[in-house]
Amino acid sequence: MSEMTYRDALNLALKEEMRRDPSVVVWGEDVALYEGSFKVTRGLLSEFGEERVKDTPISENTIVGVAVGAAMGGLRPVAELMTVNFALLAMDQIVNHMAKIHYMFGGQATVPMTIRMPGGGGSQLGAQHSQSLETFFMHCPGMRVVYPSTPDDAKGLLKSAIRDNNPVIFLEHELLYNSKGEVPEDPEYLVPIGKAAVKRPGEQVTIVAYARMTVLALQAAEELTKEGISCEVVDLRSLAPLDDETILASVKKTGRAVVVEECWRTCGLGAEIASRIFENCFDVLQAPVRRVSGLDVPMPYSRKIEKLCIPQAETIVLAVKDVVSGRY
Amino acid sequence: METKLRMVLPDQELMRLYEQMFLSREFEEHCAEQYTKGNITGFLHLYSGQEAVAVGATAGLHKEDYILSAYREHAQAIVRGAEPKRVMAELFGKATGLCKGKGGSMHLFDPSLNFMGGYAIVGGQFPISVGLAFSAKYRNEDRITACFFGDGAVNQGTFHESLNWAQLWELPVLFICENNFYGIGTEVHRSSALASIHRRTCGYDIPSEKVDGMDVIAVYKAVKYAAEKVRETGRPHFIEATTYRFRGHSMSDPGKYRSVAEHELWKSRDPLPSFAKRLLEEGIATQEALDAVEARCKTRVEEAVTFAEESSWPEDNEVYSDIYV
Repeated sequence: MSEMTYRDALNLALKEEMRRDPSVVVWGEDVALYEGSFKVTRGLLSEFGEERVKDTPISENTIVGVAVGAAMGGLRPVAELMTVNFALLAMDQIVNHMAKIHYMFGGQATVPMTIRMPGGGGSQLGAQHSQSLETFFMHCPGMRVVYPSTPDDAKGLLKSAIRDNNPVIFLEHELLYNSKGEVPEDPEYLVPIGKAAVKRPGEQVTIVAYARMTVLALQAAEELTKEGISCEVVDLRSLAPLDDETILASVKKTGRAVVVEECWRTCGLGAEIASRIFENCFDVLQAPVRRVSGLDVPMPYSRKIEKLCIPQAETIVLAVKDVVSGRY
Repeated sequence: METKLRMVLPDQELMRLYEQMFLSREFEEHCAEQYTKGNITGFLHLYSGQEAVAVGATAGLHKEDYILSAYREHAQAIVRGAEPKRVMAELFGKATGLCKGKGGSMHLFDPSLNFMGGYAIVGGQFPISVGLAFSAKYRNEDRITACFFGDGAVNQGTFHESLNWAQLWELPVLFICENNFYGIGTEVHRSSALASIHRRTCGYDIPSEKVDGMDVIAVYKAVKYAAEKVRETGRPHFIEATTYRFRGHSMSDPGKYRSVAEHELWKSRDPLPSFAKRLLEEGIATQEALDAVEARCKTRVEEAVTFAEESSWPEDNEVYSDIYV
């Protein structure tokens, strides 16, 4: 184990997989010479050369589509989209092609590729650079969606994504790149896709979260212990497939649930998870499931009002208190 | 002056080209019949009239080369070697179909033939072609990627992105535009600022040429030359084949936007009878030999229909298979 940032853990995962498997190639806007807009691809060009680490034109749909073709041709491309916001330009290749090819060709083609994309808000980047679009991808069958909250999960999940024979959407939170944690050095350290993690055990309420929301949920849980409220924090890690088993087991134990989502509330992943909890845990629930969500507004720039749009640890604390006390 | 056929290909090959064109036409006309009977449903875009392009182009490629196409791709698949029985079964939605009945008319695929798919989003196959070409180059394989598309696709962003990309990364892609002059019902000069499509590639410094897509030999020669250039230089090349679809855009389109005179003019240039005439005139085929070829194709297509009719539907549990590996 060694302590490193989320950014460096991702970088290590890329390097380890490229060293292990020559079919792994990396491309995206400014990933090579510039070493990535968020510096996740630092050192790749110098170690692996221009054939494997390539800068691309600003053509998002084609960045993904070329990866689809290369994956069908037997490579394992890891494409970076500079931010998740630009994935909207690539939604045709993502939804109509990448996610459908295996099925519509009767299982005869596989598309083992990964799309890495930073996402999330909170840096005063305004409406077009601060979106949380994870639900968009979860909605579509045929691809995996993962979103780690810690450096060790970032490493283990990215390695699993690259090795997976299905297409994987790999989301990275912009505000987590500098977060630090212990990361196993073992190059075979993998975090399975589709398995959530109980990041903090507790008794009275389950907080279901992911990515940066897990960090906030853990802060909230810590705060709530001071008031004698014991929270269990489930970190989804994989958004597709959702780990129903871990979520439902936790809610059956605690009898209460708060789902925290950074995305917009309407049709967000919180609605899906709350629905699954209602369908499966109705008889044990001691309170309605509560959602803490991003506001249904385009993200404003001003830091004073931007903060209102993203769940904060304090809003999670209030929601948990409501659920535990019966005020809802 | 027209080149003598024997200067281009041996007799047997010339006869094979005729057989492939006839098989494609026969297949498509049976599809139309099966559609009116309700055995084929959904969208059905037929290729009748354009046969010289698929046949001539495929003959100019190597078996190892990848081929991708759009949604009017039955002929490309069959000419490449896909079994008409399995293509027809796919159109019927049967379990014995090329893609187990999950793809249908617009999504034929057969990796054993390096036929890498029909794609139903206009322009969707451009970047995928570039990616396949990259994978081949990366592995040092002697294999180019041929990407078929229609005149409508050249106004998609992916067209421009992919041409730029293929040239920038020096990838072996042969772009083959089948210009049948209509994107559904919109004539090319109403959708393209530069209707002379092959000239569009100058923006990417990709060499291009225009060829008569009603002449199978002209298409063959152009594609063979271009494919050799791509192989030699490792860079993309572009061919525009002018052609015409004798039917509407799809079975739901009666094609009222085209004049009878225009239709008749193109019909008089039908690639099948004109090629048959040349084969006879140059003493490559006798009428009996052509009749035998035609009879053989008719039998194959009739067998394909019977096979599709008699095949089983997919099992219900197939609905959940192949979503994930």
